[in-house]
Amino acid sequence: MAQDWKSFEPLLIPDIPNLEKIDVYEENGGYDALKKILNDRDTWSRKSVIEEVKQANIRGRGGAGFNAGLKWSFMPDPDGGPRYLACNGDESEPGTFKDRKIFEFNPHLFIEGSLIASYAMTVDTIYVYIRGEYLSWVDMLQEAVDEAYERGYLGENILGTDVSIDMELTYGAGAYICGEETAMLESLEGKRGYPRTKPPFPAQNGLWGRPTTINNIETLANVPLVINNGADWYGDIGAEEHPGPVLYGISGHVNQPGVYEYPTGIPVLDLINDVAGGIRGGKDLKAIIPGGSSTPPLRADQLDGVTMNSDSLKDVGSMMGTAGLVVMDEDTDMVDVLWRIAHFYHHESCGQCTPCRDGTGWLEKVLKKIKDGEGEMKDLDLLLDVGNQMEGRTICALADAAVWPVRHTINRFRDEFEERCKKSVHAVA
Amino acid sequence: MAELSFTQEELDEIERLKAKFPTAKAATLRVLWVAQQKYGHVEPEVQNLVAKTLDVPKSHVHGVASFYTQYYKEEKGKFVLDVCTCLSCQLCGGYEILHHLEEELGIEAGETTDDGMFTIQEVECLGACGYAPMLQVTNGVYVNNLTKEKVDTLLENLKNGNMPEFESMAMPELEKRNQAASK
Repeated sequence: MAQDWKSFEPLLIPDIPNLEKIDVYEENGGYDALKKILNDRDTWSRKSVIEEVKQANIRGRGGAGFNAGLKWSFMPDPDGGPRYLACNGDESEPGTFKDRKIFEFNPHLFIEGSLIASYAMTVDTIYVYIRGEYLSWVDMLQEAVDEAYERGYLGENILGTDVSIDMELTYGAGAYICGEETAMLESLEGKRGYPRTKPPFPAQNGLWGRPTTINNIETLANVPLVINNGADWYGDIGAEEHPGPVLYGISGHVNQPGVYEYPTGIPVLDLINDVAGGIRGGKDLKAIIPGGSSTPPLRADQLDGVTMNSDSLKDVGSMMGTAGLVVMDEDTDMVDVLWRIAHFYHHESCGQCTPCRDGTGWLEKVLKKIKDGEGEMKDLDLLLDVGNQMEGRTICALADAAVWPVRHTINRFRDEFEERCKKSVHAVA
Repeated sequence: MAELSFTQEELDEIERLKAKFPTAKAATLRVLWVAQQKYGHVEPEVQNLVAKTLDVPKSHVHGVASFYTQYYKEEKGKFVLDVCTCLSCQLCGGYEILHHLEEELGIEAGETTDDGMFTIQEVECLGACGYAPMLQVTNGVYVNNLTKEKVDTLLENLKNGNMPEFESMAMPELEKRNQAASK
């Protein structure tokens, strides 16, 4: 499966000009999945839609990799009150820039997927939360939403049925933490993006205290594929435990960076060398970050036979994350890179939990000291120790996300950090 | 200072925004955007106007305005250049671009030129990692794949009042396939 990625034809963003226009989308089978369900609700009860999506095992594309259908099944039975789907388009994890491609090139696939999700979960209102920097893409999605309303796919009595679903777009104003699902709910409610303590989980107590499910944009765009072709078909794409097409965002020191759609399970080295055109300037590969800045980096010598799916990456001590692959060449200074990552998490910590608010600051400060040539060997252990005191001790996973790169970069590139400390002003001490 | 107020047209827009949500409070972020669009910043006076308009506590609006980086809590230059230096941009020369801008404009990141034309800010990941280094102009358009020459041209254009246009970054694989098909 992973070997024949070269013959794979894109499914999420196929090469069809003007696919963002509803006419073109419809001509190419768009909204057929929604019609299939709403026109045959004996076959496609709400429960059977959830079951099909669960069987397909669409692993969440926002980073956590949780089975989307299983997540949907956590929603309680309807009680007549409002129920929400909150679509997470806040993508802000460094190295991640793929959901904007869906807004730009195939927005209706996402709209259709979120409508199917809403039908399955008896949701009446969909909120789409997009990062505030993406105003250009908010406008693009709004155009598509307006078209979908005009055609009767959104709004009252969709396609003449008793199903009514609204979609509201809104955007943030610059805060990475709002990509954390409960912080996003707070932001949607017009507040500071402070993550909520779980439990209660959003399915029980989400937006304005009502049942809410949060899904990533790309995750929802996979849903019509499953309904049109079946869970078995979907499960045959890519890696067995983590199937489906993925938008790989490739950045850093490659000749052809960008977003590429291929199945999961593609060899990391193929992605770098064949898809992204190899390393710039003919240099050697030093390291990668496989799925956004929080996923542990891997050395080039760890990558033989490693593929882009959760099991394979877990085996070598990393994660799939958002599939935002950052590539670093042989000249990369890992101390500088790690300091910059730590700076990011310090800047983006919301400040609610002391271990994170203070810990991210200490990580940055100590790394700055090492970077500036004032580090001591004991600082490396201090960094690891601070990290251990942060991980698992906070409301949300931002602290963990800050700790993982520190721990694994130091462990996997320890000689580089030690060398910097040995050459520092404290070297004789 | 004369008391600040929204025009009827702006109030209509605010009503439309409020209608998106079950509570007026939920529209806080959006109304702060409307206010920033109007005044160019959301200094305390402007925050108070937002609070009054939505009938929510001033402290709430202040809390929100101070939490999110895209709200300008003080006056900025006519053009705010948000230069990304985060991970992928760092790897691809984001700091060189930032320092070049600082040299060209004679100010440091966080400062505004004396003529009030430009503010430079160093910002976190803007989600354009494949087109690094890049910057965003005043919370609006992205300028991708920067070189020093491209920065110079951008500054010239902005001085002449010409905003860069939105640049669609095609999926490279599609581009390659299209090229192959056209041969």
